[in-house]
Amino acid sequence: MTQLSPIAQLNRRHLIAAIGAGGAALLAPRLAFAAAAETDRRFLFIIQRGAADGLSTLAPVGDPAFERTRGILAEDFASAAKIDGMFALHPSLATVGQLYGAKQALFLHATASPYRDRSHFDAQNVLETGGTLPFELKDGWMNRLLALLPGSTRAMAIGPTVPPALRGAIEVPSYGNSALPDANAEMLQRVSQLYAGDPQLHMLWDGAMQARSMAGGDAEKGQDPTALGKLAAKLMSGPDGARVAMVETGGWDTHFNQRGRIAGQLKQLDALIAAFKTGLGAHWDRTMVLVATEFGRTVAVNGTQGTDHGTGSMAMLLGGAVRGGRVMADWPGLAQASLYEGRDLKPTTPIDAAIAGALGSHFQIDPARLLAKAFPGSGGKPLDGLVAV
Amino acid sequence: MALAQSGIQIALNRFGLGAKVGAPLTAEPRRWLLDQIGRYDPSPAGIAALPRSPAQIAQLAEIRVERKDRKEEEGADYRKPKLAPAIEGDASVMAAKQPNPEAGLFRAARDSYVEAVSARMAVAGTTETPFMERMVAFWSNHFAISVDKGSVIGLAGTFENEAIRPHVTGRFIDMLLAVERHPAMLLFLDQAQSIGPNSVIAEFARRRGAAKQPGLNENLAREIMELHTLGVRSGYSQADVTELARALTGITISGLGRIAKLIGGEPGKTLFVPQLHEPGSRMVMGKKYAQDGEKQALSILLDLASHPATARHIATKLARHFTSDDPPPALVARLEETFLKTGGDLPSLYRTLVESPEPWASNLAPKFRPPWDWLVALRRASGVDFPAQPTVFALNQLGQQTWKPGSPAGWDDISASWAAPDALLRRVEFAQRLGQKLAIIDARKLAPALFPDALSESTVQAIARAESPAQALALLFVAPEMLRR
Repeated sequence: MTQLSPIAQLNRRHLIAAIGAGGAALLAPRLAFAAAAETDRRFLFIIQRGAADGLSTLAPVGDPAFERTRGILAEDFASAAKIDGMFALHPSLATVGQLYGAKQALFLHATASPYRDRSHFDAQNVLETGGTLPFELKDGWMNRLLALLPGSTRAMAIGPTVPPALRGAIEVPSYGNSALPDANAEMLQRVSQLYAGDPQLHMLWDGAMQARSMAGGDAEKGQDPTALGKLAAKLMSGPDGARVAMVETGGWDTHFNQRGRIAGQLKQLDALIAAFKTGLGAHWDRTMVLVATEFGRTVAVNGTQGTDHGTGSMAMLLGGAVRGGRVMADWPGLAQASLYEGRDLKPTTPIDAAIAGALGSHFQIDPARLLAKAFPGSGGKPLDGLVAV
Repeated sequence: MALAQSGIQIALNRFGLGAKVGAPLTAEPRRWLLDQIGRYDPSPAGIAALPRSPAQIAQLAEIRVERKDRKEEEGADYRKPKLAPAIEGDASVMAAKQPNPEAGLFRAARDSYVEAVSARMAVAGTTETPFMERMVAFWSNHFAISVDKGSVIGLAGTFENEAIRPHVTGRFIDMLLAVERHPAMLLFLDQAQSIGPNSVIAEFARRRGAAKQPGLNENLAREIMELHTLGVRSGYSQADVTELARALTGITISGLGRIAKLIGGEPGKTLFVPQLHEPGSRMVMGKKYAQDGEKQALSILLDLASHPATARHIATKLARHFTSDDPPPALVARLEETFLKTGGDLPSLYRTLVESPEPWASNLAPKFRPPWDWLVALRRASGVDFPAQPTVFALNQLGQQTWKPGSPAGWDDISASWAAPDALLRRVEFAQRLGQKLAIIDARKLAPALFPDALSESTVQAIARAESPAQALALLFVAPEMLRR
């Protein structure tokens, strides 16, 4: 430890990258990755926390009850082009619209997890753990997916902490854009020693060092959606990049003056997706992105030009790996008699069956096996035909 | 692992906010904690000097007037897309790009927020009643508001100082009533604009054929049941939520929005406007509540506050906060019994907690400190004032911007939500910078003073071998002893 001073001046990311390239894996012994038949496919889950309004994202403008039930929220679609006989995409979603045109976007409408109540926090827990009841399972379905991946378990939470979907037996690192000045290499080295005898901190620190090395040189410092999309792409691109990752978005709980707020939210989401696609380059062709939320919102507009907690919503599968250009929906209709409990879009497509079907084909894992492992209480059959290549 | 914690360490860290530099350590940990209940000051000097909610509401009303003017001038494109809360960084960036009176007012609201966070840090960093300050943060988080909703930025501090602090050593019901009627909560969960669909005002709007028909917003009603009182999955139904939402109509704030013209009066006060209230009796969880104006909602709140499910909910959260992610059932049961027996007397709950064996068990693994608690512990350990803006910046970067949990559920209270690789690296980055600023402090002397007989050998070694005083201090700041409580 006497030769540290020359490198103490270096940016720590360069240092770690250098150590990694030398194969010493000094700071992160867990970096010794298996090389066998590793998948070259990628999967990113973008969670929309707060219950995104599917009816304002992909609007059923051809439904006879649409204009009457949606009131002011229908106005955003007055001049929007229909993407098929029934649906129109929100004008904020320009990139997503292009992907649809290129047959790289598949929309699932009237979909939901098994959860049928209206608590954000319980519903997010079900969506992330893959259970049928809140807090029934301790680990997340994405973590259980990792155990089935051929030749790799590399995953990454894009952000400071690890969301519940990625928690579990396999330790998943996290990495976000910090605006704090980098700690110097010597400090990092000494912290490694300080934590050597503390199992929890040792493990977390290893994960942090591993993630930094994956981010490579000049990581994006920004914290806007475009920077986040770029960062996610960077962390998933290299040969050692994560195969599975997750990004969290919030701000979807539009109880009040929904119209302007959802336009901004969707624009942000679109920017995130655009930056991610650009950043991935050729990897995009073998990538799948899932965009999903914990539940939908009421069909009717509430007393404050917003919507309250509902049930059925919509999800997106995006990427070169997706057999897109389609809307999959067993459309229940917006007529009063068709609504779930007289107020919400009735869910007709289980999201767990869709995820298992899509990711099973994507990663060449038997979809039935994946469904049983990732969503053990599901009992349904995985959806077929969601993947292009 | 770290050494088993002594009683003193448990009192200082598990129940408190970390040792304060220069303060004598207590020989009687339980007595020290219990005495704090009587010595608690609900309005310490730094807090008392802050602006109060009516002034902040008046400011908000001005912002809205400016925004309306701008909307009229600029037409339909006036609304610039905002950054999503989970993604965005700093609201002041947005304000800085818009050189207009609205932006100036928005910045003023933001300044009030920074000032309030700074005052909170100063109190937590110096208080002689740290156990009670922990309870302030606990209740503030239990009844969370979140400043990613722009309208509550200037009000966030007033919420804690007016609705939480005065009731920390009082009764649960009194805190509940103060919380649900505070302007910040009424704005955050959209109650201020929720109107009975058959109220006098709604009838009037219908007759006039108004474009925007007033009606219910059930946001507050749901979170009262799910988060503030009964707890999720405790037996209430969607119908109960809607009935409570109807009962709550009429409770609003003067001087804001469409109803400002209608009710007039001094702006920024919570009041009950009968013309907004939904007529009729209400049925909530099998009990009928007569039409009695505001008393209808207050009677429901009273029953919710003393419901056994509420006792269980509060007991579980308290026990988790002071023991572990999966709290010992015996402790939960004891707290629940105390809650029911005393009618939700909060000091009785604190006494039960301190007098119970579970939080003092030597085999109980300490919890990972969330960023706020960690920063407060550094503040107390160093004895140096933290300047306002950098404090807010640091909390944002460390992942716990004050009063911005992003959801009404508040910050999560389990280890996995805080102990994560990138979060730890950020602490190291921040500690290095703080160590450089405070390098005058000798970590070799400070460490044993903060953790007498409880310092691990690896921490002692790391400090002793550090290349500089700044690095030694930074290593102490991120030592396992500092990261946990």
